[in-house]
Amino acid sequence: MKPFAFVLREEPEQRLDLAPLVPHLLNGKAAKDIALIELQTTRERVTVGDIFKIRSGSTDAIYFEGGSERFDNIGRELKGGEIVVDGDCGKSPGRKMAAGSLIVSGSCGPYAGSAMSGGRLEIGGHAGSFLGAPADGEMEGMTGGVIIVRGDAGDRAGDRLRRGTIVIEGSAGNYPGSRMIAGTLVVIKNCGALPGYLMRRGTIALANPPDIPPTFIECGIHELVFANLFARLLSPESRAAAKLFSRPLARYAGDMAALGKGEILLPA
Amino acid sequence: MRPIKKNGVRIDDSFAEAFPMRGTAILITAPTRRWSRQAATTMTGFATSVIGCGCEAGIDCERPSNSTPDGRPGVRVLIFAMSSDGLQAQLINRAGQCVLTSPGSACFADLDGADRLPIGNDLRYFGDGWQVSKKFGDRHFWRIPVMDGEFLCEATTGLTKKAVGGGNLLIMGANQETTMRAAEQAVAAMNEVEDVILPFPGGIVRSGSKVGSKYKTMMASTNDAYCPTLRGAVATSLDADIGCVLEIVIDGLTEESVGEAMRAGLAAIIKLGPEHGAVRVGAGNYGGKLGPFHYHLKDLLP
Repeated sequence: MKPFAFVLREEPEQRLDLAPLVPHLLNGKAAKDIALIELQTTRERVTVGDIFKIRSGSTDAIYFEGGSERFDNIGRELKGGEIVVDGDCGKSPGRKMAAGSLIVSGSCGPYAGSAMSGGRLEIGGHAGSFLGAPADGEMEGMTGGVIIVRGDAGDRAGDRLRRGTIVIEGSAGNYPGSRMIAGTLVVIKNCGALPGYLMRRGTIALANPPDIPPTFIECGIHELVFANLFARLLSPESRAAAKLFSRPLARYAGDMAALGKGEILLPA
Repeated sequence: MRPIKKNGVRIDDSFAEAFPMRGTAILITAPTRRWSRQAATTMTGFATSVIGCGCEAGIDCERPSNSTPDGRPGVRVLIFAMSSDGLQAQLINRAGQCVLTSPGSACFADLDGADRLPIGNDLRYFGDGWQVSKKFGDRHFWRIPVMDGEFLCEATTGLTKKAVGGGNLLIMGANQETTMRAAEQAVAAMNEVEDVILPFPGGIVRSGSKVGSKYKTMMASTNDAYCPTLRGAVATSLDADIGCVLEIVIDGLTEESVGEAMRAGLAAIIKLGPEHGAVRVGAGNYGGKLGPFHYHLKDLLP
């Protein structure tokens, strides 16, 4: 079925809140009503029609032709269906999404996949800081689903991760997996300082690790059945992650400054 | 009742009477084929009949390493019981005592369905707080630290309420040697059918029973009508040329799979012929009043 397309006319003059443009909110609306939806974040009123040319189609699949780093909150609370952004987007794409698929071909700002609970978020370029993290005051970050970042991620990726899997095929900034509650975080290229800072449980797999933090304790080299299993489950999403998990892994338990039931896995 | 003859083998105009059961399937993997078989064999030991063993269990098939979730050789095990609670208890006891304990093993769900039976969700407590939960998509696994590394176990497996137990063939031949040959060839053919197990030793039972006994305490006793040594002394079901009877019992996850297995077994027996195999094939029933599933032999002929 033909997707419902929003074709960007020109770079917007203010940051936009695109949270209303998700399948479950557009479902059943006529194109002319959708064109009247307000997106502004300042006192200057801006509607969908001002920003985009609309090509009507099925609202189960939404396509943004052209993106902008001023596009905030794309796919917010997505409950199903698919959103594809051909370009960049701003902060919090896929925040609190529960199901469905969000694909951003370019790069995005901070808080991508923040507190998402299900579905699949793929970012073709780079992600900002606090990937999958909770917003201020929230107790947990991502609680389910999969995030794939083909490029790099900023600081504190997977902060307070509770459940689900994050794969960063590029490099990660400082403190990846900070305060992790559980879940799985994979970094393929370089990784900044202090991975797993204050993590309680969960798994951080680093293909190219920095110095292991002093509060992580060596537990030997192992061929884990679970790693084999994850290699197979991850291979459709990321070959690099699958390759990492199919090798013998050195296990470091920590963060002993917190609960200490987490682990950092490195190629042995 | 005039028997149908196929390749010289007489086929009774009779039917196997089968019963609804609860069934489940798991996949056991291990570093080698030998050890996946070992775990599965141990887990399905002493599981020939629900009456004395609490469940009926067996190996359905082997899976090569390229088609298992963790890339190691696997064996699919089916377990059947009369109630969901009974099945749950047997599954946990057997997985806990026989699979968790088996070197290098891992345990996966191998039956889809909305009804679930916990496996890892119960066995995880063995981890004493060190167990690790891992979710990916809609699958949930437990990693339990053990002395050779980790025991990986899926949280739940599927339960079917549409399983069928008690499909059977009565294989009758001139003597033990020819009857056994026919029974073994039937077992080999039936083992190729998916979603079924033959719970008795090597798939074959030699002590078929009837309901009731002259002794008050016995619920079931020897099926004297099919005992060749009693041929002249009781109301026998055996002909003059029959000196040995062996039975194959089949449990399946679906009504169709049990029928398919019986069809495959019949075909193998008929192909072997009466000279070297069975002279007659029958099926056990209780007059059709007890079990809802009736497999008529004449409908299953090749």
